Amino acid sequence: MSARRLRRRIVSGAMTALVAVLSFVAVLALVLILGYLVAKGASSLDWGFFLKNPVPAGQAGGGVANAIVGTVIIVGLAALIGLPIGIGTGLYLAEYGSGRLGWIVRFVADVLNGTPSIVVGIFAWTWLVRPMGHFSALAGSVALAVLMVPMLARTTEEMVRLVPHSLREAALALGYPRWRTSLRVIARTALAGIVTGCLVGIARVAGETAPLLFTALGNLNFSTSVLQPMQTLSLQIYVYATGPFDEWHRLAWAAALVLMGLVLLLSLAARWAIRQRHGAAR
Amino acid sequence: MAPPADARLQLETVRLTALYGRRAAVKDVSLMFPRHTVTALIGPSGCGKTTFLRCLNRMHELSEGGWITGKVLLDGEDIYDPSIDAIRLRRRIGMVFQRPTPFPTMSIYDNVAAGLRVNGGRPRTEVDAAVEGALRRAALWDEVKDRLRHSALALSGGQQQRLCVARALAPEPDVLLLDEPTASLDPAGTQRIEELCHELKTRYTICIVTHNLQQAARVSDYTAFFYLGDLVEIGRTEELFTKPTKEQTEAYITGRFG
Repeated sequence: MSARRLRRRIVSGAMTALVAVLSFVAVLALVLILGYLVAKGASSLDWGFFLKNPVPAGQAGGGVANAIVGTVIIVGLAALIGLPIGIGTGLYLAEYGSGRLGWIVRFVADVLNGTPSIVVGIFAWTWLVRPMGHFSALAGSVALAVLMVPMLARTTEEMVRLVPHSLREAALALGYPRWRTSLRVIARTALAGIVTGCLVGIARVAGETAPLLFTALGNLNFSTSVLQPMQTLSLQIYVYATGPFDEWHRLAWAAALVLMGLVLLLSLAARWAIRQRHGAAR
Repeated sequence: MAPPADARLQLETVRLTALYGRRAAVKDVSLMFPRHTVTALIGPSGCGKTTFLRCLNRMHELSEGGWITGKVLLDGEDIYDPSIDAIRLRRRIGMVFQRPTPFPTMSIYDNVAAGLRVNGGRPRTEVDAAVEGALRRAALWDEVKDRLRHSALALSGGQQQRLCVARALAPEPDVLLLDEPTASLDPAGTQRIEELCHELKTRYTICIVTHNLQQAARVSDYTAFFYLGDLVEIGRTEELFTKPTKEQTEAYITGRFG
């Protein structure tokens, strides 16, 4: 009896230790990346870095103001296009997607999810950049939106499916039409999960570089016109990191840190927003 | 619309058969629900009580493969007539489920008002009054009147179930369907719901599904015994429990099977 108990304790302890070590490894990678970024990039951060545009190669100083604004515009526009389509598709799949069409949509979304982002970039180049005759931020946003949609659709579907069936029945029994049940009860209950999914989607495309290379292209000057080429942090990092100058490498580290900071800020803001919403009903 | 043959009769099923695909879960059941009475549906699990109940507000047809034959008459009018809108119909028939189902994102107030608002915009004062009235009738008002804006999830299980009763009552239905409403409640919560049945039948016609025979005996005027999809026996509750006419009924209520 006590031998069995001893064995049980040993196995339990060993397993607990194992999962603890594994989680530690997972967190360690994140901490190392963040720490390295801070160590390499923090010293280059000053007001000028945020407020100035890049200076010609060889000169010291300069900043990434154009890239920060560009990232916000391109990713914001991509979210504007991608979120409604992605969430709408997810709702459709969860609520009405049991038929053949649902199966096809789900299959296409899964294939798109696995498509390399550079392929999506080529797609945007073929359909937008070439007909328009020039590179543009809009084409970049569309490419990022295409990357976002399947991700959002599948996450939204999963989150909506987690809502208990009994809630749906309760709403229908009250005389709710089906669409209203979906929006007012089901989607609202799944909201926290959907918002988290959106954030993960936005954060992921914010770091994308490949689909922007031949769509948004990059721009050394400050530009807010979505029909013109535009700089983003990821493009800036790519150019600076692969360039020959030490000054550029320094700036690349700092830009990477800023990009990471933006993504972090975004997820903190959304978490706060969700808590506010739910707190109001408490 | 033809006037009801008997004004005392609120709800009636005529040869109602409920099917899932090709399998009949309720077979050829004709049952009458007099106005402002409580009718209990009893029988072993899987005997079709809940399916029968879900036919009365057209929830059964939302189940996978669910369809019916026969008629369900509400005040003499067939609710399965093509001219009847199932969504509007469900606003006339309230339903409470086995487990409490408060909407988690809504406050106590919004939960009760949910069924009112779906009918379109109403003046704020009217909604306020209806919410208070429904909560009072569900015997919950005194416990929640100071925290109407709080989340419904903060309530206990028994309170949540009475909240669901209030939510069902707020649109002023004619009929109240209770599907094992005390299945997940403790004895105190159960007692509150049973007392409610007594109070509510002065205004509503109630149909309650229960596994608890004592509960059926305590709350109902009429009891219907279902077995394997058939209505075996229906009668006044005290008669059905003291001198059942069918052997199956007697076997079930004396605990010999089921």
